[in-house]
Amino acid sequence: MSLSRREFLKSSAAASAAAAMGMAVPAELEAKASEAEHGWRWDKAACRFCGTGCGIMMATKGGKIVAVKGDPAAPVNRGLNCIKGYFNAKIMYGADRLTQPLLRINNQGEFDKKGHFAPISWERAFDEMEFNIRKALKHGGPESVGVFASGQYTIMEGYAAQKMMKAGFRSNAIDPNARHCMASAVVGFYQTFGIDEPSGCYDDIELTDTVISWGSNMAEMHPILWSRVTDRKLSNPDRVKVISIQTYTHRTSDLADTEIIFTPNTDLAMWNYVAREIVMRDEKEKTIDWNFIKKHIVFAAGPVNIGYGMRRAGEKSLTPVYDSGAAGKYSVKEMEIINKEMSTVVSETEAPALKPYGYKKGDTMKHTSGTLGHWEISFAEYKKSLEPYTLDYVAKICKGDPDESIESFKAKLQELANLYIEKDRKVVSFWTMGMNQHTRGTWDNTLAYNVHFLLNKQARPGSGAFSLTGQPSACGTAREVGTFTHRLPADLMVKVPEHRQIAEKKWMIPDGTLNGVGVQHIMKIHRDIEDGLIKFAWVNVCNPYQDSASASHWIKAAREMDNFIVTSDGYPGISAKVSDLILPTAMIYEKWGAYGNAERRTQHWRQQVLPVGDSMSDTWQWIELSKRFTVDDLWGGYAPSGPRQTPLADVRKAAYAMGYTGSTTMYEILFANKIAKSYKLDQEDPIQKGYDNSEGYGDSRNVIGSDGKVFKGYGFFVHKYLFEEYAAFGRGHGHDLAPFDMYHKVRGLKWPVVNGKETPWRFNVNFDPYAAKAAQGTDDEFAFYGKIAKALQQGDLTHVTDTKKKPLPNKAKIFARPYMDPPEKPDAEFDTWLSTGRVLEHWHSGTMTMRVPELYRAVPEALCYMHPEDAKKKGLKQGGLAWVESRRGRVKARVETRGRNRPPRGLVFVPWFDERVFINKVCLDATCPMSKQTDYKKCAVRIYSA
Amino acid sequence: MPKGKREPISDRRKFIFNMARGVGVAALGGFVWSAYINEAKAQKLLLRPPGAIKEEDFLKTCIKCGLCVEACPYDTLVLAKPGVHKPLGTPYFIPRDIPCYMCTDIPCVPVCPSGALDLQSVVTDKKLDINKADMGVAVIDEESCIAFWGIQCDACYRACPLLGKAITIDYQKNERTGKHAFLRPVVHSDPCTGCGLCEHACVTQKAAIQIFPRELVQGKAGNHYIKGWDKEDDKRVKDAKAIKTTTEISKNSAIDSLNDSGDLY
Repeated sequence: MSLSRREFLKSSAAASAAAAMGMAVPAELEAKASEAEHGWRWDKAACRFCGTGCGIMMATKGGKIVAVKGDPAAPVNRGLNCIKGYFNAKIMYGADRLTQPLLRINNQGEFDKKGHFAPISWERAFDEMEFNIRKALKHGGPESVGVFASGQYTIMEGYAAQKMMKAGFRSNAIDPNARHCMASAVVGFYQTFGIDEPSGCYDDIELTDTVISWGSNMAEMHPILWSRVTDRKLSNPDRVKVISIQTYTHRTSDLADTEIIFTPNTDLAMWNYVAREIVMRDEKEKTIDWNFIKKHIVFAAGPVNIGYGMRRAGEKSLTPVYDSGAAGKYSVKEMEIINKEMSTVVSETEAPALKPYGYKKGDTMKHTSGTLGHWEISFAEYKKSLEPYTLDYVAKICKGDPDESIESFKAKLQELANLYIEKDRKVVSFWTMGMNQHTRGTWDNTLAYNVHFLLNKQARPGSGAFSLTGQPSACGTAREVGTFTHRLPADLMVKVPEHRQIAEKKWMIPDGTLNGVGVQHIMKIHRDIEDGLIKFAWVNVCNPYQDSASASHWIKAAREMDNFIVTSDGYPGISAKVSDLILPTAMIYEKWGAYGNAERRTQHWRQQVLPVGDSMSDTWQWIELSKRFTVDDLWGGYAPSGPRQTPLADVRKAAYAMGYTGSTTMYEILFANKIAKSYKLDQEDPIQKGYDNSEGYGDSRNVIGSDGKVFKGYGFFVHKYLFEEYAAFGRGHGHDLAPFDMYHKVRGLKWPVVNGKETPWRFNVNFDPYAAKAAQGTDDEFAFYGKIAKALQQGDLTHVTDTKKKPLPNKAKIFARPYMDPPEKPDAEFDTWLSTGRVLEHWHSGTMTMRVPELYRAVPEALCYMHPEDAKKKGLKQGGLAWVESRRGRVKARVETRGRNRPPRGLVFVPWFDERVFINKVCLDATCPMSKQTDYKKCAVRIYSA
Repeated sequence: MPKGKREPISDRRKFIFNMARGVGVAALGGFVWSAYINEAKAQKLLLRPPGAIKEEDFLKTCIKCGLCVEACPYDTLVLAKPGVHKPLGTPYFIPRDIPCYMCTDIPCVPVCPSGALDLQSVVTDKKLDINKADMGVAVIDEESCIAFWGIQCDACYRACPLLGKAITIDYQKNERTGKHAFLRPVVHSDPCTGCGLCEHACVTQKAAIQIFPRELVQGKAGNHYIKGWDKEDDKRVKDAKAIKTTTEISKNSAIDSLNDSGDLY
């Protein structure tokens, strides 16, 4: 009997739906469904793309993925997907998939930086890597070996990479692209809560009355969450309010009751306006929950003259300084902005906001490099910091659409404040890159919590400030595993000696092995390559040569300087193109893995298919590399280098005392140790049964491995080992993950998972066992039990007045933080704001989605969205080509004055997915000086006909 | 569209253009001529350039000069070749291949020497207005449109140059999941110009939203009834007049009917 397509869809859909509702599937229908799927193996997985973390089901047949469906049992998406998720089955099978290692060689077959790419063996690839790593270590110690890591690593490969880097090479020069994505959110969490990641979960959407989106286009970037917001709005259209706060009109405004278009960077002032309303109206309206504040909150302040995260005078590539004003490798034009890193003149716009900090218009502000330091202040001091944010001042500096009246804008601001303040109204504030990619991104994040805390609308079902993540495992891997330069697993920090000791003990490496200086964040890695400090860099699961601002500098440094750049990738993106060696890499469903989404939900999947060609996973690549280095190679002493001003101890003797010898390899210590080998491969194990494990067993491709022999597998279950070892860091410390096997039986769990139960709302004693424990013996409703920066000196807005540190157990912080200008604003010469971002159809730099024909066809090219009046004034035609030029470079893009994005006059939006419209050559690499996250949302450009 | 589409005229078009001109002149030879006759009456489905007059008149008026095709900066317009079963030498476009990008300066229309493309039909207040173009209308197949399945797609909506007017989003609760919403595209035929950017963007294997000539797909409600809930609707029926009606039962005169008792008694 054959089923027509229509019948097939009907019966599968009915079966899925029934499963979703927990209904019994009628036997006849069940039989039909399995017949329809005959020969297919279905298994669960997580979507490859954004931080939403939708569950999917994958069908494999003949060793290939043939179909995908939304997982009806997944709580996030209940069987639905967006169109990127819809195409998960196609992302691994692009025609130009990389299938073998490629090296730049000359006619003699030798490596040649100017040579062309030609296929080589895995063995040769590792020979070249080993040679160049040894060279780099000799040149500048561990600080000369760098890794561009990823928020799209699986948890296991991120853990393997950071273990080899930090424990093996003793280098902290590993930092993920997540730095560009949510570093400001992380520092915001640390400063406010003393522990990373959101207090709430996606259920807040169904429980809230108000969704306020700040600098986020959820409709395109988190479509499934947006459909939940839409459902919430539909369920009670009069009660539920949606406010969209943006610098230009986009699809998130479609559903909004009110849209607020503001001038880039002034969200800082808007948050402070809302806080001021709360504080100033307290006497009359009892807006503040003082009981909550007194029990759980302290007020804090820190320095404001912290620069903009750009290069600082004296750095190698900024010397010498020429009479023209140019400096080192930077032009006169570039230096106009970079000089603001050292000092700025207080502008008319920011002067009122900076008055409580002792500045007035025209003052020169000398900047030091960003500091995380802060101290406790009184409520009176905090109140003083809010005084400038009157409706008049805020409306004047914030109104972003020149065609809107000031009265209309003021009314919107008042509405915004009233919605937050309204008693018994639940409010969720969502944000993504608008607030994170910001030269005051950390401040912006903390300002969000201020408002929610003052009203006691945080960490409650349906209420809270909620940072959404961009990447599928920015939380799970980059943050929780700690693939940042400054982090170790589970909120441990490399600079804290006790934390290093915990890691050293768990990793069975000598005391003092770990390097305590972790400051080589992703922009610093680029800059250190340009300065000649880093000589070896390895790109993992990201595309840093397309996704970093001021891109021309980094590409030039990679191509023209004496260094060795390696890229592991599935497809030939820009990073591969500028590399010296390319490693073909297994993509997501070609390996066992796990991701962690924005609501702390960890989701695992099995290896579904064998990798294409000779591709091997990042985990395998790291482990194979570890075989090339021994105790004596890596664990001797190192002289001070780069940011590290003290020597790194020789720990070889301590290693010998632990039973290692000089020739024990890192492989034996870090990856194939006794404990690792206790994780058995077992085809009787229901979790493993019937599934490939290319790292464990090798596989039928018989790939010739790093030693020139067929790779036959490690003989143990390496993924389970890596996961369990990593999970042990967090268990008992508020980061508890469930056992590996459990994740293969459920649709993800929100950590902390305590006694098999997930935690929906953290810090709330009714939902979080850690909060309940911390609040034991009190009648407190909350406990902000995070441990970082939980003892503060005392002071006022500008100074520390008492250096004695006061402990703040179970307390969170409200920060006084002013509005300040960004370093580059439109002027007479570069008269337009440029914002960049994504579109729904494409993921990041497009290496995967630009290879899915349907998605390519839907959006084949990045356009320059602009206001029709601006286009007319500049003599540009709809659909015509224009140059978008900044002080750093220019690109050609087609002008679009209609359609999905509608900027106000004076602003353009150009998405960055299209490598042929290389907008990051135009963008400025200014960052939040605290989080080091690049501000991609604002720089100044001019636009003219091409 | 891919880059490099702005060259004055591509080789491909030059070829088609010259060939078509040749056809225009040498539509003398019996074989080609007969093909022309056959193909001339073939199609109701063709999408014509902006400003095209009624198909019947268009076929009589278009002199197959190819100037509109030459003027199109996107290679959207093509001339019908022998064998494609379309009126030979006339311009048309296939939006799934290359849609009309709705140039605001409408280069294809003013160059038309014959009036087959009517400039006045794309002018508002003496200014060119591509939004007035009527090349066709988008039609959604709700069964294959994945937005109707609950997938968050709406690629057509975001591709629409008249987003929010020609295509809007209809929000409906998805009772099946209990916490998501359907975001379904809805075409509004009045503002829709039939440019086909939606059809081009559609991510299904065969487009679930397609452009058809308006005549072909649009019905027409009678003009004897006005929507009482729509103030604008009386404009639609401004030509209404009384019409004598005839049905099977009323075809005879009243007297004849009365006198014809049949087998009534």
